Amino acid sequence: MEPLVTALATPPRRRKRREWAPYALILPTVGVLAAFLVYPISSVLYYSLQRYNVTQPWKNGFAGLDNFRRMLTDDPLFWQSLLFSAKWVVVQVGLQLLLGLALALIVNETFIGRAVARSLVFSPWAVSGVLTTGIWILLYNPSTGVFQELANLGVGDHGTSVLGNPDTVFPATVVAELWRGVPFFAILLLADLQTIPKDLYEAASVDGANRWRRFLSVTLPHLRDAIVLSTLLRAVWEFNNVDLIYTLTGGGPANQTTTLPLYVARKAVDSHDFGYGSALTVAGFVILLFFSILYLRVSKFGSRQ
Amino acid sequence: MTETLVRPIEVDPPHRDTPPRNKRRGEPGRSWRLYLPLGLYLLFTLVPFYWMLVFAFRPTGSTALVPWPITFEHFDTVWNGLGFGVFFVNSLVVAVGTLGVVSVLALMGGYALARFRFRGQRVFLLALLCTQFVPGAMMLIPLFVIFKNVGLLNSLTGLVIADTAFQLPLALILMSGFVRNIPVELEEAAMVDGCTRLRAFFAITLPLLRPALVAVGSFAFIGAWNNFLFALMFAGRQDKFTLPVGLSYALGEFNTDFGALAAGGVVAAVPVVLVFAVVQRFLVQGLSAGAVKG
Repeated sequence: MEPLVTALATPPRRRKRREWAPYALILPTVGVLAAFLVYPISSVLYYSLQRYNVTQPWKNGFAGLDNFRRMLTDDPLFWQSLLFSAKWVVVQVGLQLLLGLALALIVNETFIGRAVARSLVFSPWAVSGVLTTGIWILLYNPSTGVFQELANLGVGDHGTSVLGNPDTVFPATVVAELWRGVPFFAILLLADLQTIPKDLYEAASVDGANRWRRFLSVTLPHLRDAIVLSTLLRAVWEFNNVDLIYTLTGGGPANQTTTLPLYVARKAVDSHDFGYGSALTVAGFVILLFFSILYLRVSKFGSRQ
Repeated sequence: MTETLVRPIEVDPPHRDTPPRNKRRGEPGRSWRLYLPLGLYLLFTLVPFYWMLVFAFRPTGSTALVPWPITFEHFDTVWNGLGFGVFFVNSLVVAVGTLGVVSVLALMGGYALARFRFRGQRVFLLALLCTQFVPGAMMLIPLFVIFKNVGLLNSLTGLVIADTAFQLPLALILMSGFVRNIPVELEEAAMVDGCTRLRAFFAITLPLLRPALVAVGSFAFIGAWNNFLFALMFAGRQDKFTLPVGLSYALGEFNTDFGALAAGGVVAAVPVVLVFAVVQRFLVQGLSAGAVKG
């Protein structure tokens, strides 16, 4: 995370002489990104103005702003998925940050077995969204899942289906993603915690600050930029996260858990409606960019120095 | 535990009054404040893993919570019967391929960003950061069209390319932070002694970058190993399936065969969890070293 901050904040000072070497070194990267990232992104803009469906090629052609008109005025699922995306991002990032910070503070302490504890609590970070789904389906399934075992112990009812019930599907999905997402914050914040000079804490102790005050006046301000940047990156990733919801709930029941990118993915994978899917994508991208810039402005990122 | 908010780290020597050996003992009366939340969180982390292992190793129909005696019937089912053996090899090819390409390109680009000042540098950097806002789902449609046109659909090469494009920007930025952390004076000294820049890089800088390469490479490996959407869209033929795609079909098909699902999950989890257990230390050290130098 911090390399991101430093990379932007301090331009390298060396080698004023103009050389060809740096260009040669970044050329392959520029090539790969231009062909497989920049070009595709710009072609999405183009497709969003087209009628383009692989399964109905005879209808393909220029559509103007039709896709966007349809999206804004004629597609309740667009608004519904957008709203759910917002809810998903706010809840996920908020809870992941809180738990991740707490976890980072805990495993930053010195205790016996710390190395093992760190490896264990961080490990879900390495697990894919689909695998997370697989694991939580085993836990959630009504006949042999964890709720059945709890019911056997007298807690809750037998046959509870958390994924099939509209009231519980959201929290159940949130918990599954939390399991995988908290380690991200814990790792990044732990890395940043380790850079806090400890004389700061000693000075604060000498001044009579208790633990909580030291956390507020030393730890939090130091973590500020890392928190801003990691929450932003995570918010973008959670917004764009498709794997888990796609496989766990498929967006259901009754499209209740459909996010905007999931809607796009379904348009692309299932119905091959590339034109309309591209328009949805453009909308999502613009919204994301707008809120990211707003967030960086409001949080005054990088103004610490 | 009151005194130990900051653990002594390698860079600054531990404080004289409180040597780390004593700290390790902790204060017995207060340690529940540490161990209780940690224990609860460990439970939250490990129960799902354990649940998967139980299902994977106990016979069909058993409801025992301790899988004993263990059975490998489910692994036989998924590995041979459902083709997870093939998916495993595919995943490995894609992940290792991505790791290789990303590491080399990130090393080159990261070195350029850290050691040179050149026209267009800030634009390049900003462009890299901007790519982090691009949704994977956004790339599906245009990349599908490109791959179809150049005949890369249903090939693992196409998947490596897509994963590389997606992983490279962050890897490059991280790598430039790591390179910047290595004092340029070391290289310059070697060059004064008559080394070319290239030789100085290979003799001095590259060996010091080993932890950085481990961190960046493992990021790329795990990212590619776990990628689902690209694999689903660009390698839709069964002999090109990767593990996440295979798993996703297992989710739909075997609503009743949880044993097979769990065994498939174990197959998909073991390599990345092992890789991660090894590199987790480098990851935290590397990220935090990146900040020290700022």
